[in-house]
Amino acid sequence: MKNQSIKNNIDWISVFIYTALVILGWLNIYSSSLLSTDGTYQKQLIFIGCTIPLIFIVLFVDGKFYEKYASIIFGVSLLSLAGLFLFGKTIAGQRCWYAIGSFTIQPSEFAKAATSLALAKYLSDTQINLKDVNRQVQALAIVFLPVLLILPQPDPGSALIYSIFIVVLYREGLPSWYVWTGFITIVLFVLTLVLEPYAVILIALGVLIIIHFKGRAVDRNIILSSILLAVISAFVLSVDYVFDNIFKQHHRDRFNILLGKTVDMKGIGYNTNQSEIAIGSGGWIGKGFLEGTQTKGGFVPEQHTDYIFTTVGEEWGFAGSMVVIALFVGLLLRVIYLAERQKTKFSRVYGYCVAGILFTHFFVNIAMVIGIFPTIGVPLPFFSYGGSGLWGFTILLFIFLKMDANKVNEW
Amino acid sequence: MRKVLLPSLIIIAASLLVMRVFYLQIIDDSFKLKSDNNAIKKQYDYPERGYIYDRYGKLLVANQASYDIMVIPREIKDDLNITEFCALLNITKEDYDKRIAKAKVYSPRLPSVFLPQLNKSEFAAFQEKIRKYEGFYFQKRSLRDYEVDYGANIFGSILQVNEKLIAKNPYYNSGDLIGRQGVEESYEEVLRGIKGVKYIQKDKYNREIGSYKEGKYDTIAVAGEDINLTIDAELQKYGEELMINKRGGIVAIEPKSGEILALVTAPSYDPGILVGRQRSKNYTLLYHDSIAKPLYDRGLLAEYPPGSPFKILTGLIGLQEQVINENTTFFCHNGFSYGRGRFMKCHSHAPNQQLHNGIYNSCNTYFAQTYMLTINKYADPAKAVDVWSDHVKSFGLGQFMGYDLPTGKRGNIPTSKTYKKIYPNGGWRSTTIVSNAIGQGEVLMTPIQLANMMATVANQGYYYTPHIIKKIEGKKIDAKFTTKHVTTVDQKYFPPVISGLFDVYNLGTARALRVEGIDICGKTGTAENFAKINGKRTQLKDHSIFVAFAPKDNPKIAIAIMIENGGFGAAVAGPIASLMIEKYLRKKITRNDLEIRVLNKSLVSEYAKLGGMTAASAIESTPKDSVMRAKMVKQPQVEVKKVRLDTTQEN
Repeated sequence: MKNQSIKNNIDWISVFIYTALVILGWLNIYSSSLLSTDGTYQKQLIFIGCTIPLIFIVLFVDGKFYEKYASIIFGVSLLSLAGLFLFGKTIAGQRCWYAIGSFTIQPSEFAKAATSLALAKYLSDTQINLKDVNRQVQALAIVFLPVLLILPQPDPGSALIYSIFIVVLYREGLPSWYVWTGFITIVLFVLTLVLEPYAVILIALGVLIIIHFKGRAVDRNIILSSILLAVISAFVLSVDYVFDNIFKQHHRDRFNILLGKTVDMKGIGYNTNQSEIAIGSGGWIGKGFLEGTQTKGGFVPEQHTDYIFTTVGEEWGFAGSMVVIALFVGLLLRVIYLAERQKTKFSRVYGYCVAGILFTHFFVNIAMVIGIFPTIGVPLPFFSYGGSGLWGFTILLFIFLKMDANKVNEW
Repeated sequence: MRKVLLPSLIIIAASLLVMRVFYLQIIDDSFKLKSDNNAIKKQYDYPERGYIYDRYGKLLVANQASYDIMVIPREIKDDLNITEFCALLNITKEDYDKRIAKAKVYSPRLPSVFLPQLNKSEFAAFQEKIRKYEGFYFQKRSLRDYEVDYGANIFGSILQVNEKLIAKNPYYNSGDLIGRQGVEESYEEVLRGIKGVKYIQKDKYNREIGSYKEGKYDTIAVAGEDINLTIDAELQKYGEELMINKRGGIVAIEPKSGEILALVTAPSYDPGILVGRQRSKNYTLLYHDSIAKPLYDRGLLAEYPPGSPFKILTGLIGLQEQVINENTTFFCHNGFSYGRGRFMKCHSHAPNQQLHNGIYNSCNTYFAQTYMLTINKYADPAKAVDVWSDHVKSFGLGQFMGYDLPTGKRGNIPTSKTYKKIYPNGGWRSTTIVSNAIGQGEVLMTPIQLANMMATVANQGYYYTPHIIKKIEGKKIDAKFTTKHVTTVDQKYFPPVISGLFDVYNLGTARALRVEGIDICGKTGTAENFAKINGKRTQLKDHSIFVAFAPKDNPKIAIAIMIENGGFGAAVAGPIASLMIEKYLRKKITRNDLEIRVLNKSLVSEYAKLGGMTAASAIESTPKDSVMRAKMVKQPQVEVKKVRLDTTQEN
């Protein structure tokens, strides 16, 4: 009977999009690794095969399990992250993996789901009002605990993903100035890199003056504005300082390439340049499956992992790229839609987390590949090569689909 | 409101991605090209160049294997015995270091040429041991192999295409070879064939990883075709040997077909010196010899006033215009007066001249009078000159002849336009331009034009465009070479002129040049010439000119010879004509006295006046044929060297 109810109640649209993305992903991995001898696409096929029992386990676990054990799952996940510092395997300078024989597993890929569960649990457990500063701090602590463990691995890409939880918290009542602060921080950061810090401070001053005199008379508060300007100035100057003195050269290069300040096609600019060439040479309909010359030549580094979208762009062209982007957007909006219709706060928050995490991965990955975001290691969900990533995203998504299917039973 | 933020972010972010992808894939089209440059390599398969044979099928130019020694610097072993290695390749240690350094600059990991174009014997010793030297390997190429040491001007040479040519002709890529000058240039497309292309997929290390699209776009090379030239190799060789220590040109044509039997220019060089490693060194040397100009094909390019041989045309046109007949008589007393007290000199001979003895005496008076009558026949001298000019041009003169060699000169046959330009106020008449009658004035001709004129006379009023191609493997030669050109002078006017030319050998200027048993018709000529020596215009010894055809009935060869500063026509050019004709018709020489005279005639001291003896003169060929060499008395080399030193100081 239970089987029957899952079959009837699961959101088949999401399942269909998920399946499509996984299949398309594998086809592109196949193409990009066809000429390599280390069995990349065969392994990915095994990883994909493993998701089937994984999905069944996730779906057939009791619906209340995730809510009940969210804290424990989160705790285990944190432990697994912390354990990396003792038992982790270092690959390419990053201590992100546990190695069991030749098989490696990356706990940070699973931590996202765990954090989502914990956050959902926390927000649903009590009648929490996020206007309360204490609650805000507690909620943010849940988010930043894993970030603190991930950043020193170092894995800034995975850490970056957690910033999307701000948007989730905002949905659940976090004051809007958090979002504004975040937004203004990003704008100021980018402006500081593009322009001289003093120019940015002058612009801020100008904007504040305009707001001051255009705004309603009652809102005019010269002291508050002055403080704001002081904070902005401090931020801008510190960004400038951090960028010039604390960032390593390769970090600076990543930004400079993006901003067009440096042109270095052989060194750090190589990745972005080659991926742009691969995608750009695709044209309207691409060169055809297995016909990508850039892909075959292996010009794009990490093509089967973080740069898998270049294969899509080269071999399937603009049309193929649009299909992939449309599938992702469709899935994300579908998940948000499903989240909004959840009966419990727990599953709604969790659904939002799923959408947020998938969205951040999707945007940061493709934006980096097409050269509008600094080079940062973030996989494309369901597409990129890698067992941990695929399983992490699958579990993340299907826990939510299980909750969604289960909502009928919660009456 | 709070529900809208995440969906909005998704939509905005996705739109950003779409716009950027659209820009990359659709708007900016530079990536396609970059991608091709990146990942696709075209590999060419060069077919073997066609062979060149002479008219009888004697092989003149073939191909030889040549070997480039390649190196991948990173793969060289540390324990390489450099001393032994250098000894095998006959290079110095410094040379070795320099070449390795250069290869490293290009790439330590990719192959580059270490030592180019070794020939078979240079390579043989190295080949056995090449396996010992890791990092080195060889690449076979095909170069021209000249079976003969003459005919350089006919063959031309092969060189690498330059940037300009690549831009002009998309067939060629950097490093491709192309024929330059001679038949290598004019029959480039026939000889070279069509190269095949293989598209190779490369990876990021520039390694080849297989064919692109399973070879869908690959093409197969089409082999070059062999050609037969109209050249008689023996005659060509003989001509070049006769021309040693002289400068000038010889052109021999078969009148009945327009086929070029010999095309000699002197000084010349062994075509083999422009092959392989020495090519650029030798070419530079030849190229910079601006006085002897060994690369200048005098047979095709040397334009001079032809002098006396032009009287043949003056006579024929006089007959055609019916201003004279065979019996018309002019009186000549060492010349004659014309115009306002001007006098044209002539040499001494009997005073009453008719066409027949006018020709063999080469009487200036006779032909000047004939010419003036021709011009005066028309009230308007402009009209008259144009009528005369058209007659002359119907012999193929004053224009590019359309032969199949890449260089040429128009020569000059004046028209009324010419004189309107010289005399814008008019007032010119027959007496003004009378020098044309005797091949001076404004008339200019090249040796090949002179030869063609003689062929036309031999044919009694027609010619075929001279050409050097006899046969292209399985193809017909261009139809323009089998199209008859008929002169405006009727056939009936030729026999009396030919009879006069025949008697040049019996009664005239070429009496001493007769070859027993061959009826030769010929005409001597001289061309005045000047040069600036030390800034002063100085008259040099006349160029010696001779035209002839033989036999008188059923002519087989027409020939023109021009020897720079050779003096009177019968002095050097005439004997060469006799020898060439005999050589062609009989394949052997009975006038050994003439042969010895010509072989030992050196004009080097004459040319030294021009300051002409440079290092390049050393490569001008000396007879390699031992029989011919034996007939030559050793030239006083000291004199030449002294002159060379002097001029060097002056310059």
